[in-house]
Amino acid sequence: MFGYILRRILAVIPVMLLVAVFVFLLLRLTPGDPAAILAGDMTTPAKLERIREAMGLNEPLHIQFAKWIGQLARGDLGTSLISSTPVSSMIASRIGPTLSIGVLTILMSVALAIPMGVLAAWKHRKGADYVVMTFSVLGFSVPVFVTGYIFILIFSLKLNWFPVQGYVPLSQGLGAFMTHAFLPALTLTTIYVALIARMTRANMLEVLGEDYIRTARAKGASERRVLFRHALKNAAVPILTVIGTGFALLIGGVVVTETVFNIPGIGRLTVDAILARDYPVIQAMILLTSFLYVLVNLVIDLSYTFFDPRIRY
Amino acid sequence: MLKKLTAALLASTLMTGAAWAEKTITAVMHSGLRVLDPIMTTAHITRNHAYMIYDVLLAQDSNFEPQPQMADWEISEDKKTYVFTLRDGLKFHDDAPVTAADAVASLNRWAQNDAGGQVIMDRTESLEATDDKTITWTLKEPFAPLLSILSKQSAIPPFIMPARVAEQPADEAVTDYTGSGPFIFAEDEFQPGVSVTYRKNPDYVPRDEPADGMAGGKVVNVDAVKWVTMGDIQTAVNAILSGEIDYIEVLQVDLLPLLEGDPNLTVEVREPVGYQTMARLNFLHPPFDNQKIRQAALYAISQEPVLAAMAGNPEYYTICGAVLGCGAPLESATGAETLVEGNGVDKAKALLEEAGYDGTPIVLMAPTDVVTLATQPVVISQQLRDAGFNVDMQQMDWQTLVTRRASQSAPADGGWNIFITNWLVPEISDPISNPMLNGQGDDAWFGWPTDEKIEELKAEFIAAEGAEAQKAAAEEIQRHATDNVLLIPLGQYGFPQARRNTITDMIPSPVPVFWNMKKAD
Repeated sequence: MFGYILRRILAVIPVMLLVAVFVFLLLRLTPGDPAAILAGDMTTPAKLERIREAMGLNEPLHIQFAKWIGQLARGDLGTSLISSTPVSSMIASRIGPTLSIGVLTILMSVALAIPMGVLAAWKHRKGADYVVMTFSVLGFSVPVFVTGYIFILIFSLKLNWFPVQGYVPLSQGLGAFMTHAFLPALTLTTIYVALIARMTRANMLEVLGEDYIRTARAKGASERRVLFRHALKNAAVPILTVIGTGFALLIGGVVVTETVFNIPGIGRLTVDAILARDYPVIQAMILLTSFLYVLVNLVIDLSYTFFDPRIRY
Repeated sequence: MLKKLTAALLASTLMTGAAWAEKTITAVMHSGLRVLDPIMTTAHITRNHAYMIYDVLLAQDSNFEPQPQMADWEISEDKKTYVFTLRDGLKFHDDAPVTAADAVASLNRWAQNDAGGQVIMDRTESLEATDDKTITWTLKEPFAPLLSILSKQSAIPPFIMPARVAEQPADEAVTDYTGSGPFIFAEDEFQPGVSVTYRKNPDYVPRDEPADGMAGGKVVNVDAVKWVTMGDIQTAVNAILSGEIDYIEVLQVDLLPLLEGDPNLTVEVREPVGYQTMARLNFLHPPFDNQKIRQAALYAISQEPVLAAMAGNPEYYTICGAVLGCGAPLESATGAETLVEGNGVDKAKALLEEAGYDGTPIVLMAPTDVVTLATQPVVISQQLRDAGFNVDMQQMDWQTLVTRRASQSAPADGGWNIFITNWLVPEISDPISNPMLNGQGDDAWFGWPTDEKIEELKAEFIAAEGAEAQKAAAEEIQRHATDNVLLIPLGQYGFPQARRNTITDMIPSPVPVFWNMKKAD
């Protein structure tokens, strides 16, 4: 097991290097000029050239790449070309909101989706199944910005239960945190509930048709025991994969929700950096997201052993 | 007795509570603050930030007239020496007094990056601090626009920084944000692109005169001002409806119905002059290297449809052919009659025929991600086609456009022929600072016109003495700029702002400022 984990962690290095080369070249080949953003619209061509020179953007690509890799090797993610702020401190101040909303979303989604999926499978082709599946299709189909604005309209502007926007860290109290985080998390939950509930239903249906389920029922096991002890545990591996990849997606892809609810997370940081062609920030964010994907996949793979004893590393 | 004691205790508790309650104005500005050095960039949000924390020697009143702010001035009889005297009570946020040496260092750094500053420096014999409070500026020859340029409110006003900060090269961003303005920058609370907080500077001594434009006393009536960036304007609208924010600087016209019915809100156009939208042509490549074809493009365009598509409601736009802006002191509409009246298409067709236009496609760059620039290219493309131009409208994001507009290559090889941008009217109201009126070829703004005549006319403007003579010189500049088509003015617009009714006494200046403003409980 330990050897396996070590091998997987070491395998991260070439993956990250490839990502680094790819993102560096892709950004340099994309039209755009951070110097123009920095200088503003009224700048003259001559001043723009001076700023490019001062930023090091006129150096040959291989020199720029070597400097960046050298910085990375020293654990330095660089400095924003636009705000002159260290990228690491920018990420540090923005990752908290994204992580906490992501964790809350996954908790809420799992708490709702697994019982819903089990219920839908258990009541296959009956009323409950159709209700769950209708909700799932809606959750998938309605864009988050629509769901978000509907929730804001109902729960914030009409009922005054929650603020319209903003983020308060957990360190300022659970109440304040939940008041601000609940609506964004609920908005994202509509998608992930749909995703996880459908996956749970599909796998449960497959497992419920197995011989050992019939045997369990024949032995007189209660329906709850059959569903949750025998069926769900065996259906858990693909569900876990969906939850894990869903979490990784959440970290990298919550920009719309962050924008609608004005949450200063890393999704908005990345999009803002892309719009401003702030190369060091974009590079760091893509590396970080790739690393998180690799890490989450590793955790998922390891967690399989808890649900399926046949899996060994 | 017991009643009196209870009342006194209650009153004292309430007063203490009121004193403790921090009064903060929360505002959503037109964009997020990321660049903090106002001398490095012409970005409006950075200029707005600078007005919060720095002060200026002179400032323009609501009539664009220079007025004393940090300093009064005297001009010698030969009009070649200006002596500025700093007023009493000026202190930086680190308690150090503001000295003439700080002002000289700041002016020198500013002049490296500002077009107007460079023009002044070309005519400067010496600029020195003659004592702690006196700055003596000696010119080689009289230069009438000096006070006007020193007091300008955009794009780069000469903000005064401590000498230790201003001695840094102009192409390297400052990292010490000590100013002497009415607010102090809360550096530890700053999140680039997310939020910025300014606290009242308790040691700031405002001038005695009432606030007028950017001039007069900067009296701060709140404890703090917080600018919050919201990526989606709809979120800002929801937030002001729920009372979570106090002010939105720029509103899109199509969202106004959401706010106009709310009795707690005021929707208004704050800026008296607003923005100019305009088209710039590339002088280096066919077909716009031909003056007659440039003129044909100007005649082909009618402002009304362009502005209607952009702002929708005529309340928020003004048809205006003035190169130096309508509502500005040097306004003139000479040469732009067809733009205003929309009746130049036949003339455009005749000019194209006369010039022998061979159908060379013109590459019109159209940004899709900037709301205030997205519609004009579409309307203009059709107007140019109606006159006989072969238009290749290429859509792209603004970042791609700003990169591509710096290219002097032929349009077919990644260059361009025409693009549109917007300016705050005070930025372009002065022929010396207006980037479109630079005719120095490769050293000119993107489009690179080589135009000796405009340079001569600007020299005449500089030499003109008195308002009447300057106005006459500006009229000639207007005539030539439209004749040579240094730009095509497309009109003016001013998007509305929204504030909760608890916010009062906001100054109707082009730059949104937060002094004078009050917030009721």
